[in-house]
Amino acid sequence: MRFLLIIPTVFILVTTVFVLMRATGDPITAALGGRLTPDQLAERIHAAGYDRPILVQYLEYLRGVFTGDFGTTLSDNRPVTEVLTTYGSATLELAAYAIVVALLLGIPFGMISGYFRDRLPDAVLRILAILAYATPVFFAGLLLKLVFSVWLGWFPVAGRVSTNGEIAMQMAGADSGFMLVDAFRTGDPAVVLDVLSHAVLPAAALGLLTAGVFLRLVRTNVIGTLGTGYVEAARSRGVAESRLVRKHAWRPALIPIITVAGMQVAMLLVGAVLTETTFEWRGLGFQLAEYLQARDFVAVQGIVVLMAVVVAVTNFLVDIIAALIDPRVRY
Amino acid sequence: MSAAEITPVGTQGAAPEHLGGRGSWFKKLPVVHQVRQSVGLQRGMLIAGIVLVAVFVLVAVFAPLIAPYGWSQLRSLDGAFGAQQAPSAEHWFGTTVGGYDVLSRVVWGARTALLVVIVAVVSSIVVGVLLGLVSGYFGGWLDRLLVVVADAIYAFPSLLLAILLAIVISGGQSNMWGGIFAAALSITVVFIPQYFRVVRSEVVRIKGEAFVDSARVLGTGHWRIMTRHVLRNSTRTLPLIVTLNASEAILTLAGLGFLGFGIEPTAAAEWGYDLQRAIADVTSGIWWTSMFPGLAIVFTAMGVTLMGESLNDLADPRLRMRARSSKVSGDVAATSVEKGDVA
Repeated sequence: MRFLLIIPTVFILVTTVFVLMRATGDPITAALGGRLTPDQLAERIHAAGYDRPILVQYLEYLRGVFTGDFGTTLSDNRPVTEVLTTYGSATLELAAYAIVVALLLGIPFGMISGYFRDRLPDAVLRILAILAYATPVFFAGLLLKLVFSVWLGWFPVAGRVSTNGEIAMQMAGADSGFMLVDAFRTGDPAVVLDVLSHAVLPAAALGLLTAGVFLRLVRTNVIGTLGTGYVEAARSRGVAESRLVRKHAWRPALIPIITVAGMQVAMLLVGAVLTETTFEWRGLGFQLAEYLQARDFVAVQGIVVLMAVVVAVTNFLVDIIAALIDPRVRY
Repeated sequence: MSAAEITPVGTQGAAPEHLGGRGSWFKKLPVVHQVRQSVGLQRGMLIAGIVLVAVFVLVAVFAPLIAPYGWSQLRSLDGAFGAQQAPSAEHWFGTTVGGYDVLSRVVWGARTALLVVIVAVVSSIVVGVLLGLVSGYFGGWLDRLLVVVADAIYAFPSLLLAILLAIVISGGQSNMWGGIFAAALSITVVFIPQYFRVVRSEVVRIKGEAFVDSARVLGTGHWRIMTRHVLRNSTRTLPLIVTLNASEAILTLAGLGFLGFGIEPTAAAEWGYDLQRAIADVTSGIWWTSMFPGLAIVFTAMGVTLMGESLNDLADPRLRMRARSSKVSGDVAATSVEKGDVA
């Protein structure tokens, strides 16, 4: 029964976005008001159908959302669906890198922190985790950029690939939108390296933010399971301490970790919006910031609806996965 | 878990007669009480958090005395400041691309952040607690509807929701108070579901307690039961959420500003906006325009988070460090305090 809640949730999200975006008026006045004469404006509004009753527009919008039609952007006249598919892959790629960084850092250090609870390694790691949380992802990005691109010159300043790499990809006909996949398809190791070097700093910035959350999560849960009787029993049987943490305490701690990790998708997407803006990583977040500047609220509406629905559906899937792993969580 | 939660409720209910005899009111204050309760590393973290927050609040309150110039001041008696000047005796933190004094904008930015946090936290507590109380106490279809809506809003990525609300409230840009309220209200709507959920679940639990039943048997009105009996016992966890939310509010405000939805530079100083203006500076190696506002955000959010984390740990018996065991081995406790301070 609980699983059916996804339907009203998505419905409420979609409706919230519509109500908020139309509370201030129609998007055409917002984008072009002041630049066109009132007559021209009225004509554009009429042509786009924004002068019809709000309920009719709402139903049409709902139908559009569920058939994958989000309208046409005002600033560059592209179907919003095309914008979403073109740039969605870039955001997905960045999020994937960030999750890898977060897992690689968050889980082992979380275990260490939990095992050395309240001793020096724990103190240092926890303060680093809080620091990672308290640092806005765009400031972390700017710092990394300043140190590693501008001062040390190790990595490129911005973008996803250099011009040469882009040409090589186009010649190879690789246009999946996932740069790393495309780079492998060109078969040129230099292009792969180029793509990876562009990804290091954005992935580190976004990954560090998430790693801090994972570390705290793993720590709390490992502490919880380390205190239980069966861990004591295993210790008394002479199981090695490192194995105790990795095998015995870790497994049952996994369920809350998966649940909360799923909740982090929302944070990851918001973080991606800010990271992309910092590094000119041409994904959905970068486009969102551009459309916000252009006051193109049709495009903004499309991107926000998509992100909100992605988050809701992910949380829903995580709930199911948690139920499958742990029979006690079945509803 | 539930046994641990019920016990303090019972003792609090019985507390008033004994309060005078149990030591001064000072020791009972929320934060003071936790500092006394904490030991070792946790005390170090809590105190570090309190110090950072205190510095932030003092800077915000005394901004006019601390800041050498106004937040939108471009020239002094000696002439214009000039753009992108490196830190010097006149401008300790340098000047921005727009020709503002970075130090002054950082100091005034603290005031903007503090105002936004206060407005956002107070209004979301008022609305969230009221909704949670009514919803949990009366139940029924309204309760079910509110829970579904709160869950949906809770799942909404906070910054995106704040962006939408900023568009609605102010059309994106506005003057100082308009901008502060727009940012604060955008954050408020994001936080209401959190308070709503926490208070509602506590209310639902407490509603079934015997003392509520006895109040009802005595003929006490709904309103009085809600405020006197239920509300007072369901707000224990609120201080934790307030501190955790306050840091999120600071980060959301900065995020809004960074995306160009903050407050205009002439209306007030805002750290996120200044960082957005500094993106191009970083590429050309100008570090002071991004470093100082960025560090201001980090220290403020970190102070609030340290406080929230420590309070959270102290409230959770699984995570609280045990004072008794460390009193026995006094040396351990002493060294771990130092470790906490050093780290």
